[in-house]
Amino acid sequence: MESLLKLHNIQTHIGQFHILQGIQFEAKQGEVSVLLGRNGAGKTTTLKTIMGLTPASSGSIYFQNQQIEKKPTYEIANIGIGYVPEDQGIFAGLTVEENIKVAMRKETQEALERQDYVLTLFPDLKKFWKKAGGNLSGGQKQMLAMARAFVNDSKLLLIDEPSKGLAPIMVEKVMEAILEMKKRTSIVLVEQNFFMASKIGDTFTLIDDGRTVHRGAMNELISDDDLKHKYLGIG
Amino acid sequence: MDLLISLVINGLATGMLIFLLAAGLTLIFGLMDVLNFAHGGLFVWGAYTGVLTYTYTESFIIGILVAILTGVVLGFIMEKLIITPVYGNHVQQILITLGFMLVLQEMIKVAFGPNAIPVKVPELLAGSWELGELIIIKYRIFIIVVGFLVFGIFHFILTRTKIGLIVRAGVMNKEMVQALGINIKKVFLFVFMTGAALAAIGGMLMAPYSGSIYAEMGMEFAILGFIVVVIGGMGSFSGSLLAAILVGLAGSFMAYYVPFLSLAVNMILMAVVLIFRPQGLFRTAKE
Repeated sequence: MESLLKLHNIQTHIGQFHILQGIQFEAKQGEVSVLLGRNGAGKTTTLKTIMGLTPASSGSIYFQNQQIEKKPTYEIANIGIGYVPEDQGIFAGLTVEENIKVAMRKETQEALERQDYVLTLFPDLKKFWKKAGGNLSGGQKQMLAMARAFVNDSKLLLIDEPSKGLAPIMVEKVMEAILEMKKRTSIVLVEQNFFMASKIGDTFTLIDDGRTVHRGAMNELISDDDLKHKYLGIG
Repeated sequence: MDLLISLVINGLATGMLIFLLAAGLTLIFGLMDVLNFAHGGLFVWGAYTGVLTYTYTESFIIGILVAILTGVVLGFIMEKLIITPVYGNHVQQILITLGFMLVLQEMIKVAFGPNAIPVKVPELLAGSWELGELIIIKYRIFIIVVGFLVFGIFHFILTRTKIGLIVRAGVMNKEMVQALGINIKKVFLFVFMTGAALAAIGGMLMAPYSGSIYAEMGMEFAILGFIVVVIGGMGSFSGSLLAAILVGLAGSFMAYYVPFLSLAVNMILMAVVLIFRPQGLFRTAKE
């Protein structure tokens, strides 16, 4: 499959801390690529570095063969990368409708159709259309964050720990939604919940102490207990 | 009753002038997290350029337009040269904007002289209406109408338009707005220029109200503007209107009934609000 996003030897500093110390990563078109690793390994920083929110100190990032590591965040978003942060980034004082409207670059027929599609994926959002984002439950906020990223024609979605803090029933809903979204776009997923990651991921990249330590097909990781035990503390 | 109405009209007119200054301050602070102590300088430059144009052309409307233009241009220069390097650092913002305030104030003296310049109320708005014992000064009603009009327009823009939505979203989460593909720097610049234009309009409207303009008027009014922003809730546009009206009315009533407290009333009001509602009267947009 065609390569969509490629990170080569990414180094990122936040203040005096050297967080990413050599990230190699590739996401292919039509796949769900999962970033795995223990807490503090550098998964969230990797997504933020791709988005330009914590810019790389060195290394290169290519998206559809275009070098993007020096671009500002808004340009990265506009070339087709959607982002769902770990804290969901909901605009608490805006309604569900307004949250989606802010995200929608142009109110074209196509965008409105995507909005309708998103609302069929997350029917709860329709129910709370006029409710302030800050008053939604954790699961509903997650749905809104994903809907907001999906409402534009993003070629790639970066989703950071969508199952975090959610009840099992909600995790299942989010998982189903991601599988549905996968039919229309490629996804890079950061996930601590290995069950969820293994169900929806096609490939995995293991990160440890800010470095890529292993990459491969998800099936390979599922059957490798040593690797899971060493880097994820499971199995 | 006539006295009461008179005091209310005086208070509302003063409140609206403070609101025009505070509205810009609160937008700039709310969205950009910038403490702009040079805001009073924009107010006074708006007053001077507007008044001189008004004197020269004898058109108050052209005077207002020139004041707005002055605010927009100064706002652009200031954001690009003074504010951009100090984003995210409050101490540096206070120092550099206070310094720039003094520069703007002294430049007024260099360009227009140190003496106060008298300003007359435009003919159409001069004089008063007499309703029995009650005398209503036309210009004060004009200021109140303009104040509410500005509030209405900005409230509409903030709540009903895409740019307003982006500004409100930016106040809540700048990082996320950028991640949605919006150039927040452009939004910052737009907000700063708008805030500067509001201050300049305030200065221009203040001129005939106070009867003269002088270089230090910006600093005096800026302090009132900051008090209003704190009372209203930092970043809250509606809070600024309510707080400005409160400050205006308190000043008007105290000056009549308890004159020796009239200078302290704003500080007392701010202290009371801070004790009981440290976040201000209105919820800030960030909340």
